[in-house]
Amino acid sequence: MATSAHTSAPGGAKPPFPPFNKDTFASQLVWLAIFFVALYVLMWKVAIPRIGGIVEARRERVEGDLTEAARLKEQSDAALKAYEQSLADARARAQALANETRDRLNAEAEERRKKLEAELNARLADAEKTIAATKAAAMANVRGIATETAGAIVQRLVGAAPAAKTVEDAVSDVLKG
Amino acid sequence: MADPISQFEIKNLVKIAEIGGSEIHFTNSALFMAITVVGIWALLVGGTSARALIPGRLQSIAELSYEFVANTIQSTAGKEGMRFFPLVFTLFMFILVANMIGLVPGTFTVTSHIVVTASLALLVFFTVIFYGLYKHGLGFFRLFVPHGIPIYILPLIVFIEVLSFLSRPISHSVRLFANMLAGHITLKVFAGFVTLLGGLGIAGVIGAALPLILVVALTALELLVAFLQAYVFAILTCIYLNDAIHPGH
Repeated sequence: MATSAHTSAPGGAKPPFPPFNKDTFASQLVWLAIFFVALYVLMWKVAIPRIGGIVEARRERVEGDLTEAARLKEQSDAALKAYEQSLADARARAQALANETRDRLNAEAEERRKKLEAELNARLADAEKTIAATKAAAMANVRGIATETAGAIVQRLVGAAPAAKTVEDAVSDVLKG
Repeated sequence: MADPISQFEIKNLVKIAEIGGSEIHFTNSALFMAITVVGIWALLVGGTSARALIPGRLQSIAELSYEFVANTIQSTAGKEGMRFFPLVFTLFMFILVANMIGLVPGTFTVTSHIVVTASLALLVFFTVIFYGLYKHGLGFFRLFVPHGIPIYILPLIVFIEVLSFLSRPISHSVRLFANMLAGHITLKVFAGFVTLLGGLGIAGVIGAALPLILVVALTALELLVAFLQAYVFAILTCIYLNDAIHPGH
């Protein structure tokens, strides 16, 4: 079946070195031309567009994903900013409300305290008056009792009742002294 | 022991036609070119059939090679170099996959033949010339006249520039060809030592360990070389194309 190209070398002479055997050049060139051109066309028309398309599609996909991620990040940043803003607003409002309430309550308490104080002062004054009156009355009673007691003591000691006027004067002297 | 050269023989499998005295056969080389094309097709189109957003293994490899070549072009020839992306990508994948398949024992290495690598190098060479002339007209020849060179040594410089330009396809093709050829011969020679020593009894089997280890290490090295030579071919293509795009240095 397979016959070496150099078997035609004349008279059993040493066959030529295969790569330099001119007899094989024509066949090699023809088939090289056919297969190389076929490969070139296949590469040019099919393989390169296909692989290029795949690589390009991947690059676009990655780029698209990156821009999408950047967009989402921007969105979340804006949301965060808005949230912080509303938080700060709420805090400021709460502060204002608290201040106002505290002032109002302080004022009310102050007023109540003043009223109460005034009332207490009035009652204190009343009480003092009552005490003074009671004390005066008591003192008056004390004089009567003292006079009677003195008269009774003198009568027991002396045996004769002294004049009421004398006893009264003596008691007045003592109470004054 | 098979001689280390026989792996490079072109075997005619099916005779197709006869043109001007030279017979055209479907050869083992053609078979492996077909396998290379089918392999690239399976990787780049079959591997990306899911068009997944998160790629699987094959799709990762396909995307990785796509972006690797695209970055290589843009870093050497700029954005305008992307015009030649199909050409450079095809060259890179064809050479890389052909080199890799050639490393499987028992296979044929398409790129170990100078006529193949020279064809690819000349394709690049003429692409540079035609695109340069088409894009810049005669201005393309400024490529050979560097700026800031004193007038009295200019003829010498232009001569050297032209010579280096013309020798590009030679170095471009021989580098790949010679690397593949030498690497496969080395592997075969050391593998031959293993079988040769292994047939000599106990001492031979022990002695065969060293060349066996070397074959394993060389296979790893050849994997690197297979990738590196494809990359070097592709990056030199980009650099040459850059001359066509921006001839004014």
